[in-house]
Amino acid sequence: MSEPNQVLVADRDDASSASGPAVLAPIPRPAGDRRWANAGSSIALAFAGTIVFVAVWQVAAIARPDLPAPSETFAQLVALLSSPLHDYGPNDRGIFLQLGTSLFRVFTGFALASAVGVPLGFLLGGSALVRRAINPLIQVLRPVSPLAWFPITLVLLKDAGQASVLTIGITALWPTLINTAFGVAGVPQDHRDVARVFRFSRPKYIRRVLLPYAMTSIITGLRLSMGIAWMVIVATEMLSGSSGIGFFVWDSYNNNNLPAVVSAIAFIGLVGFGLDYAFSQLARRFDYAGGS
Amino acid sequence: MSLEIRSLHKSFSGRGGYQHVLRGVDLTVERGEFVSFIGHSGCGKSTLLNVVAGLSKPDSGEVRLNGRPVSEPGPDRAIVFQHYSLLPWMSVYSNVWEASHSSRPDRTRAQTGEVVERYLTAVGLWPHKSKRPGQISGGMKQRAAVARAFAVGPEVLLLDEPFGALDALTRAKLQEQLVELWTGESSTETVLMVTHGLDEAIYLADRVVVMGNAPAPSVLEILEVPISRPRDKTTIVHEPAYQHVYNRLSDLLTGDMAGHPSKAAGHGSPRG
Repeated sequence: MSEPNQVLVADRDDASSASGPAVLAPIPRPAGDRRWANAGSSIALAFAGTIVFVAVWQVAAIARPDLPAPSETFAQLVALLSSPLHDYGPNDRGIFLQLGTSLFRVFTGFALASAVGVPLGFLLGGSALVRRAINPLIQVLRPVSPLAWFPITLVLLKDAGQASVLTIGITALWPTLINTAFGVAGVPQDHRDVARVFRFSRPKYIRRVLLPYAMTSIITGLRLSMGIAWMVIVATEMLSGSSGIGFFVWDSYNNNNLPAVVSAIAFIGLVGFGLDYAFSQLARRFDYAGGS
Repeated sequence: MSLEIRSLHKSFSGRGGYQHVLRGVDLTVERGEFVSFIGHSGCGKSTLLNVVAGLSKPDSGEVRLNGRPVSEPGPDRAIVFQHYSLLPWMSVYSNVWEASHSSRPDRTRAQTGEVVERYLTAVGLWPHKSKRPGQISGGMKQRAAVARAFAVGPEVLLLDEPFGALDALTRAKLQEQLVELWTGESSTETVLMVTHGLDEAIYLADRVVVMGNAPAPSVLEILEVPISRPRDKTTIVHEPAYQHVYNRLSDLLTGDMAGHPSKAAGHGSPRG
């Protein structure tokens, strides 16, 4: 994903070390200029894309008057943002409070999924026996739609909010589990040999070889899980909820307030993007440029 | 006191039955000797080194170091891998420190720190000690791997084509550094090195072991290198002894190639 960047970084380090050719030295300034130019054109293009999108939307709203027009939606967005934190009972809470409720559920469910998925992933990746025992089960359960779990969690917990959390926990489990196992199982023979020749103890092997090696896969898994969790929350809250952003969407629809629905979509998208971005930044911290 | 390799057999099962990689290897390496192993790819040189390192077990036969059988890796042997094999998430310093620390629990932390500093300085990496492997050149990585091996204080050093991936200039420098470390204050006495380079094999070694190819991968011939140390890399090539060994090696290697044009000819019986 961020590979071109890493190559750039690696090159620069080579140049600054003794072995690097001096020719590379004067390049950074033009490269920097170009980067700014690139950023400028990126912003311009993104702006253009948005304009086209809004134009198409406007045309669609004219063709189908029951769809909310951009202007209407924008007014609704401003209205929502003007009072984001009010709480006048379950049917009238500020949009940020609804988002906060959903986020809290997502994080709880995600934490649950991680707390089970990472250790189980280590077991799965480390033991062929465990892998053979539960891999078929995982492959069958993984593609099940989140909503199919909901009746079961609802019966189990009797509370729609808690059931949402558990549903998220179950559906967000798989990417973390599978990617952790993948990372743990993939430690290269080279690294294992190093640990054996230099007699790393078991704890040192885990801390110095296994964990760092598996870390990038684990974070990839967590990132995918978080994406799923954020998608699932909207669905479960629409189905059951009395609070949260999913409930807000459904409630707005029932009140025939489609501009609010579209506004909520924008918020859901932005929050989802933010969560994903946070994980991509985390992943970069654990990326080691170059090989061994 | 010596390293004894006794009738070592090793085969891997693959397509069409067993593939022998070692077939009855016998060799005694005296303490303080530098022995090079040379032969075509697939002749089992690296496998032999891995068995001596204790990383892989032979089907039969054994390796004894100072009379004791070798069955697992130990601090009396350290290996420099072909592909550096530094852990990419740790600094150069940590790579050497962790290896030294866990191989030698008898040392105090201060002693370990001292040893690590000494060898990183010896290979010229002390100024780069905080860099990660991804931030340094191939030659620097291999120097770090050499420092890591020496910092364990092994009696036997095993080198698996250590300089194969480096350019000629870097290789020459590292060869000299290696000889300096070996003849210098280090506790390393015996060196086994797998190599593809005839020059390298002769320049560094007291004896060159030529390994034959399949179907009978074993020791083909052992050549003494009767050239006194210290050796000068630039003048050594003019010595008659050097040229004699060089020619013999060339003959053996090309002859071995010609003798077995289809080296992968499957050998049905598991053991000869």
